[in-house]
Amino acid sequence: MRQRRFGRFGLGLSTAVLGLFLAVTPTLACGGLIGPNGAVNLLRTTTLAGYHDGIEHYVTAFQFAGGGGAFGSITPLPGIPTSVVKGGDWTLQRLIRETSPVQEFDGFRAAAVPAASAVELMKVKIDALDLTVLKGGAADIGAWARSHGFRLPPDAPEVLDFYAARSQIFLAAAFDADAAKVRGQQLGDGTPVHITIPTANPWVPLRILALGKAASETVQADVYLLTDRAPALLPAPTGSNGIRLDHSDAASASLLTDLHSDRGMDWVPSSAWLTKVAVDGTAGELGYDLAIDASGAGRPSAVDAGFTMPGAVIPAPPPDLARLLLAIGFVGLGLVGLAMIAHARPTSGRPIGW
Amino acid sequence: MIGGRATAGLGLGLAVAVLTGIAANAVARSHDPIVIEITIHYSHFSPDSVTVPAGQPVTFVITNSDPIDHEWIVGDAATHERHRTGTEPVHDARPTEITIPAETQKRTTVTFASGGSELFICHLPGHEAYGMVGTVAITR
Repeated sequence: MRQRRFGRFGLGLSTAVLGLFLAVTPTLACGGLIGPNGAVNLLRTTTLAGYHDGIEHYVTAFQFAGGGGAFGSITPLPGIPTSVVKGGDWTLQRLIRETSPVQEFDGFRAAAVPAASAVELMKVKIDALDLTVLKGGAADIGAWARSHGFRLPPDAPEVLDFYAARSQIFLAAAFDADAAKVRGQQLGDGTPVHITIPTANPWVPLRILALGKAASETVQADVYLLTDRAPALLPAPTGSNGIRLDHSDAASASLLTDLHSDRGMDWVPSSAWLTKVAVDGTAGELGYDLAIDASGAGRPSAVDAGFTMPGAVIPAPPPDLARLLLAIGFVGLGLVGLAMIAHARPTSGRPIGW
Repeated sequence: MIGGRATAGLGLGLAVAVLTGIAANAVARSHDPIVIEITIHYSHFSPDSVTVPAGQPVTFVITNSDPIDHEWIVGDAATHERHRTGTEPVHDARPTEITIPAETQKRTTVTFASGGSELFICHLPGHEAYGMVGTVAITR
């Protein structure tokens, strides 16, 4: 039943990934891809950042797009994961369908999924992916990448420093395309990965998407957020700053049911808010991450967004002189008024109540 | 009388010795290589423009503070064109072409024969486009 339900979508997806056939690198959402020669080729990607009960569930996918050899990826994480496991089979595809519904007679065009020295906290193998959770600064991550045969692109030192100042936790993924072939993985086959991270408030790394790209190059990705209530985002996705709000509404019951029934997705609550943020800008625009306040307080963190570094003193805004004078004027008027009332009050006579 | 002559002779001898020493030191200094320090940070050279005299050895002390490897290759347009498509993974055979591994320092001494200017560039993939280019102005 489930197979039939997603059959049309699967067909659409397979057609959509035809565009990846000529590519020689796999793709990982919200990660900077690094080839052995430093080349980076990140295509459009899809990620779910779900947040419920203080846990961020980060679901993303690697897509086998042909070629051979090994490729890697570095993804900054907001905290130390408690688990890194194979993700569900249809979560990402179902989210895409929710916000880009498949037309009844238009299945082929729908569902656009184009396609050391650091401390190793966790090592997990999922299909042809070797995933390692690393703890360390930019130098540590650089050393780890070198010792594993990966060359970081020239902007990596600055980008890694940008992340390490807030969280020194990174997910390194080494993808062995030869192993994927041996496993019989077909072009376009994805390996979903589900990372569970306890954190006070989630954030989604966006700047890493621009890793290795020239400032004028286009970066495109879809980020889905599933939160208990409508989240406050920083920066606000205005559409003119490289990110755009494509969907913001209460999640449908059918979506939540479908997501809940996928592998490892039983954390999905019975009611939630679905937000879709489309990343569609130049690499030069993406100098920030997406901070999310899912608490309802409406105060997403400037630190999480990368606008302010931790510990930085935010200068108080200079006093508004006009307002200050106006306030002093009102106080003065009030005092004069009180003095006049006191002066006008009769000094003789019986007080009220006598 | 003899004592006065001896004193004068001693003074003269000392003066000659001091002057000879100063001259020798000056000659030696003129042959000491000029030292120029260049730092690489966030995949950029600093300073990215230096001036050197022609015909005199210049020692470049290049410090790579980045967690990734870099190159410092100085030369004319033909040299750089060759390296843009080159495949040498590491450079250490010529003083004008060196690899500086991550978080290390390298020294190299170069004598520029004639006046003009040359570029120094990191030719690792993407690094030149990212801005790892500097200029050596050579004065006569």
